[in-house]
Amino acid sequence: MLRIPCPHCGARDEVEFIYRGDATVTRPGPDGDVGAFHDYLYLRRNPRGWQVEWWQHNGGCRTFLKVLRHTVTHEVRAVATATETLEVPGA
Amino acid sequence: MPGYSGFRILTEGLRGNSGWKPAWRKAAPKPSYDVIVVGGGGHGLATAFYLASEHGITNVAVLERGLIGQGNTGRNTTIVRSNYMLPENNNFYEHSLKLWEGLEQSLNYNVMMSQRGVINLFHNEAQKNAALRRGNSMRLNGIDAEILDRDGVKAMCPIVDVDNGRYPVMGGLLQRRGGTARHDAVAWGFAHAADARGVDIVEHCEVTGMIIEGGAIQGVRTTRGEIRAPKVGLAVAGSTSTLTAMAGFDVPIETHLLQAFVSEGLKPLIDCVVTFGAGHFYVSQSDKGGLVFGGGLDGYPSYGQRGTLPTAEHVYSAGVSMIPALGRLRGLRSWAGVMDMTPDGSPYICKTPVQGLYMTAGWCYGGFKATPGSGWCHAWTIAKDAPHRLNAAHTLDRFREGRMLDERGNGPFFWAQ
Ligand SMILES: Cc1cc2nc3c(=O)[nH]c(=O)nc-3n(C[C@H](O)[C@H](O)[C@H](O)COP(=O)(O)OP(=O)(O)OC[C@H]3O[C@@H](n4cnc5c(N)ncnc54)[C@H](O)[C@@H]3O)c2cc1C
Ligand SMILES: [Zn+2]
Repeated sequence: MLRIPCPHCGARDEVEFIYRGDATVTRPGPDGDVGAFHDYLYLRRNPRGWQVEWWQHNGGCRTFLKVLRHTVTHEVRAVATATETLEVPGA
Repeated sequence: MPGYSGFRILTEGLRGNSGWKPAWRKAAPKPSYDVIVVGGGGHGLATAFYLASEHGITNVAVLERGLIGQGNTGRNTTIVRSNYMLPENNNFYEHSLKLWEGLEQSLNYNVMMSQRGVINLFHNEAQKNAALRRGNSMRLNGIDAEILDRDGVKAMCPIVDVDNGRYPVMGGLLQRRGGTARHDAVAWGFAHAADARGVDIVEHCEVTGMIIEGGAIQGVRTTRGEIRAPKVGLAVAGSTSTLTAMAGFDVPIETHLLQAFVSEGLKPLIDCVVTFGAGHFYVSQSDKGGLVFGGGLDGYPSYGQRGTLPTAEHVYSAGVSMIPALGRLRGLRSWAGVMDMTPDGSPYICKTPVQGLYMTAGWCYGGFKATPGSGWCHAWTIAKDAPHRLNAAHTLDRFREGRMLDERGNGPFFWAQ
């Protein structure tokens, strides 16, 4: 069971959250071309290691959170609100 | 090496079984090959076999970081079927199923292919319409499909609680030619047959880098030294992104977890494969007697090859809803594998941005059934440097061109496919 410390609600079980994708990709502006939108929607680093991800606390405050999590050990190292930045260790 | 046969079992039995040889050689890597295949799962071994048997390319190495068949090949729930809806997919999977039907003869190896039938249950009108649509699409492409009503499901699989109070069964989509095969034997059989044709199967040889000069592949760096080849094919299942990162490009893949479970052994109870339509659960019974079952993804990216309990709980409770008698059984083991999920749920068998580098990847949770077809199409693509018509649509570029192969219409969410 993953435990995710929500900044608003405290530490909760993974069943209250939904994973919502890689949080390191940014949506291109309205002038972005097809290539930029393709990369944003489809291309992924998919690292074997630390990754910053979106998780929505849908069983709690319902906000989107940034979570720094390891894709082999599953350790959750840091959680932030959507507008904050999380650094990937060693990146 | 003399082949396997009933007669041979008899004569070996009379000679104290002293004449059996290992089914394949433990090869040491040579400095160079015509083709290197990375990954000794079913797909990599099948690629090597079809390179040798269909295209006469025998100077081939399969490089495996551990032991062959210990990745997803040895972790999956062994369901084989071709009940897809989109023509690009159902033609490919039907080709694969036809290869399965003759596989034991082509490999001279018993893979215990058992066409026991696969039923997808439906529980409401909308699911019934979707099943009819998929069944009709299969039949239009010459693939067998039947719709069973409630009584038909009950007759074929009496243990299913068709009158479940919450999710009564309305019927099911049946593919009689679907079924199961013995997963390990598939790896061993392809290894045996590829080795017999001269392919080197190199275990404990991890690829750690790609040698690329002028945009073209020249070989790979491994834990057993540099190995050169003008053509390299990737068949590394959930690890595809780590290999393409070595080659300098990203792919539309996210690696997710899928768990499987097996119960204690019991007398014959279920003689087909059944999938639940009101929760994530499917089940078949192995020849050893254990019920083999599974469900959906855990839902977040992982290379960890182990799942967590919420998914296990869902699978068990969905199982007991479908077959209440399962509540009397004990679970024996569970494990997980790493799936390379794609944004449309369909695979890649294609060329890549690097000249001479090919891949069969993105198999999500459905790649076991594809093993012969994937190897066959990957081998074709490598040998001819161009795809066969069966895999022409399964490119990395299809999203850029707006040609997704999204069976379920779930959109570009890796974890929702
Ligand atoms: C729990 C579970 C249930 C499933 N159920 C079904 C099912 O019922 N039906 C179905 O059709 N499919 C099913 N699948 C999916 C199926 O197992 C996979 O899609 C398929 O096995 C993947 O292809 P493969 O056999 O080549 O993979 P693998 O057997 O995983 O082979 C890939 C190999 O590459 C090796 N490798 C990785 N990186 C390197 C490297 N750097 N150097 C050298 N070697 C490397 C790995 O060690 C591994 O042996 C299931 C999967 C799981 C996990
Ligand atoms: Zn919260």
